[in-house]
Amino acid sequence: MPKSKKTPAVTSEKPSLKDITIRICMGTGGLAAGSREVMDAFHSELRSRNLKAAIINKCVTKTGCRGFCAKDVLVDVIISNAKTTYQFVDPEKAARIVEEHIINGRPVEEWVVGPEYHAFHNSETKILLKQCGEIDPEDINAYIAIGGYRGLEKALSQTPFEVREEVKSSGLRGRGGAGFPTGLKWEFCSMSKVAIKYLICNADEGDPGAFMDRAVIEGNPHSVLEGMIIAGYAIGAKKGFIYIRAEYPLAIERLKIAINAAEQKGFIGKDIIGSGFDFDISIKQGAGAFVCGEETALIASIEGKRGMPRSKPPFPVSKGLWGKPTVVNNVETLATIPVIMSQGAKWYSSIGTEKSKGTKIFALTGNIKNTGLIEVPLGISLREIIYDIGGGCDKGRRFKAVLTGGPSGGCIPESHIDMPVDYESLSEIGSMMGSGGMVVMDETSCMVDMAKFFLSFTTNESCGKCLPCRLGNKRLYEILNRITQGQGKAGDIEFLLSLAEDIKISSLCGLGQTAPNPVLSTIRFFRDEYEAHIYEHRCPAGVCKAFRKYLIDPEVCKMCGKCFKACKSGAVAWEKKQPAVIYREKCVKCGACYDVCPFGAIT
Amino acid sequence: MSDHKVKIKINGTEICCNRGDTILKAARMAGVRIPTLCHDDRLEPYGGCRLCSVEVKGVPRLLPACTTPVARKMEVITESETITRIRKRIVSLMLSNHPNDCMRCEKAGECALQDLAYQYGVDGSEYGGERWDLPIRQANPFIVYDPNKCVTCGRCIRICNEVVMAGTIDWVGRGFHTYPDTAFRKPRSLSNCEFCGQCVSTCPTGALIDKKGRGKGRVNELTRVKTTCGYCGTGCNFFLNVKDGKVVKVTSDYDAPVNHGNLCIKGRYGYEFIHSADRIKTPLIRRGDSFHEATWDEALDLIADKFTGLIKKYGNKSVGAFSSSRCTNEENFLIAKFARTVFRNNNVDNCARV
Repeated sequence: MPKSKKTPAVTSEKPSLKDITIRICMGTGGLAAGSREVMDAFHSELRSRNLKAAIINKCVTKTGCRGFCAKDVLVDVIISNAKTTYQFVDPEKAARIVEEHIINGRPVEEWVVGPEYHAFHNSETKILLKQCGEIDPEDINAYIAIGGYRGLEKALSQTPFEVREEVKSSGLRGRGGAGFPTGLKWEFCSMSKVAIKYLICNADEGDPGAFMDRAVIEGNPHSVLEGMIIAGYAIGAKKGFIYIRAEYPLAIERLKIAINAAEQKGFIGKDIIGSGFDFDISIKQGAGAFVCGEETALIASIEGKRGMPRSKPPFPVSKGLWGKPTVVNNVETLATIPVIMSQGAKWYSSIGTEKSKGTKIFALTGNIKNTGLIEVPLGISLREIIYDIGGGCDKGRRFKAVLTGGPSGGCIPESHIDMPVDYESLSEIGSMMGSGGMVVMDETSCMVDMAKFFLSFTTNESCGKCLPCRLGNKRLYEILNRITQGQGKAGDIEFLLSLAEDIKISSLCGLGQTAPNPVLSTIRFFRDEYEAHIYEHRCPAGVCKAFRKYLIDPEVCKMCGKCFKACKSGAVAWEKKQPAVIYREKCVKCGACYDVCPFGAIT
Repeated sequence: MSDHKVKIKINGTEICCNRGDTILKAARMAGVRIPTLCHDDRLEPYGGCRLCSVEVKGVPRLLPACTTPVARKMEVITESETITRIRKRIVSLMLSNHPNDCMRCEKAGECALQDLAYQYGVDGSEYGGERWDLPIRQANPFIVYDPNKCVTCGRCIRICNEVVMAGTIDWVGRGFHTYPDTAFRKPRSLSNCEFCGQCVSTCPTGALIDKKGRGKGRVNELTRVKTTCGYCGTGCNFFLNVKDGKVVKVTSDYDAPVNHGNLCIKGRYGYEFIHSADRIKTPLIRRGDSFHEATWDEALDLIADKFTGLIKKYGNKSVGAFSSSRCTNEENFLIAKFARTVFRNNNVDNCARV
């Protein structure tokens, strides 16, 4: 246990300090915002006030992500069960919080989170993220104290068949994106008569802006392990792998600590809790290929081959890792299993819609006020997510569209904002659940540019095995690029549509089949923007620089000459004490002058 | 019907095939032609080019015939408007990143891509866009690799890994920039390449060609002569490609019962001795320190005399026959027969004995 390295608690002069807990968000988001420095500041502040012995060991605990990353570093100060949460804490603020709040008992009101913080959390239904940010992820006892590993105990007291039936009746569907019923997948795998089977936890979370799996692992790694052990028991696997991307060092570290602790407690290894069931878990780090999130590519990667998908059927449940029946489940799916086992399938299936049960974590990003992780019941409307939880678009701008399902999802326009978020509704509208990224776009976003951006991602991440994905998506990207450069021509939209449809039905894996989604959905809902680019040579959102005609307003220009220095094509003429001028014929519309002008003189 | 047989329908006709067969295999047995490019019978199914995509009732997407196993009551359609559209799309996409220099390409006339372009009437000109401009690799005596002509079917990689087990080439790069190459893009001569030319034999386009045969004749000018390799006792078959009485290259005979088109460096590239000026064409008899050309009668008479003399002097056990693995089985049989019937002993051996 890493905690025991520190000085043990001794009695302090102020007995009341024993009841004080300071919780600092130490997830990747928090760490990036500087939570380690904040933690150090609290340590030194407390030490300098001679409160060292009482507080350091007991009170300053590491917690995982609590979702609302836009407000990091978030710090909870709990005195006698009364919790005060501070936002945007930096090391300088620690002194005043200790002085005023901890010593004198008066919270520093100006730094306390506002109503939007509570609104953000109150609109959620937390099952998976409930303990994240509340317990110490590096302490197995903290997990056990809140009922951890009780789901495993219950599962081991039943037959594997009963466990599978329980998961089946819970209605849980795969959270990796495709939404295949988890219990059914387990059943298919268990039907195989092959003796050796494998379970793989897919933690190769690659969608840009999506980080729910990371949050779950960093905040509550034991929930994933417990889910894996139960799944292994249900399908008859004795070996489990966690395939996690190497770009998640903290998650890997916490998983390693958790696996060690679970082994010592007898939850992993031989004869788990006296049931006679053996199960081992190994970590395999991914080398940074997005496509390895696809299960057959992931399996190839574990086998030591280049991460390239193969055609299904045969599916991994019959022929997977090293040719053996294998179940690949997502982190969120597995972390849900202990809850289903301990609280019952009936309770779980009471949340959500008829076909999409339970809750789902979404990563809310883009042009929205409250960015972060949210856990909501399936079936919730997009409006609730974007306005009630997300607080609407930032800077009072008008909402335009939301992209669900990551780079291969679809853009959903304002006209459909009241649609429910579930597997069927999303795929009907040409998007998908995906792993749960949600990118909100406001009126300043150009939809052609957006489609181009996501295509550039999927094009670069294509493994190159199947032709429609490798070359088809590349050509799609090139056409979009041409349109945004002002070189679109009549017939481009129709050509994009037919090419995109062909790629969708002929590609090998999920990456290729869904990569054209952003193109198809933006043409479906924002065709007028494409037409404006092609026929009217303008970008309605003003994003595509090729359509701009840069002009300097001599009234506003402060004659600083920054634009002159920034221009690499010699299109800006400027002399001291003279307003700058742009020569249209030399201008390559790169926008460098526009970006550097501090006075907004360039339009 | 037994357990390992399944009935499926292909284009409405019911056929009986083996469980575990792919749709492609079942279709071929039923005489239904499905175009392929990344498929080679010597290799594991791959499903990369998607040309063999077919419709399976109940599946919303197209499935590749080469990897999809048959299942009971499966209903397969191999030709439809959608399928033709997709095949045209695939071929035109391939051509959109291809030099299309068939006029001077060594492979013209036997190129799978050229045939497909002809069959589907496409040229890939509608896309424009980026094309590879990669350096041509030829820093070795046998293989010329022009990656710009590669259609990334992966056959060279798979034959190198699955059949030769050399593992010299694999995929490098990602997305559009994926193509086969050696580790760290080293010249083949610095890698562990055996120069068996298996990759050349399976390449459907002009990306991999035999350096020695380059420019020596187009496919329609060459006469293919089937023969058995003279280098060892395995008995591999191949075709000598002859133009104007000269052997210009060796190509695989995929139907050969012994080697299924597979060859090693000697069989594929070791044919230069045929037209070598130094080639020994008559028996040589040693007189003193030097060899002298002789007729077969002279040579055989000399051998017969020597053997008879030795047997008379030392007995029949004193002589034996040692033959070569470069001889055919029939020749080896004859030398053994010769030893047993003429020498009347069992002193027979061969250099291939291990």
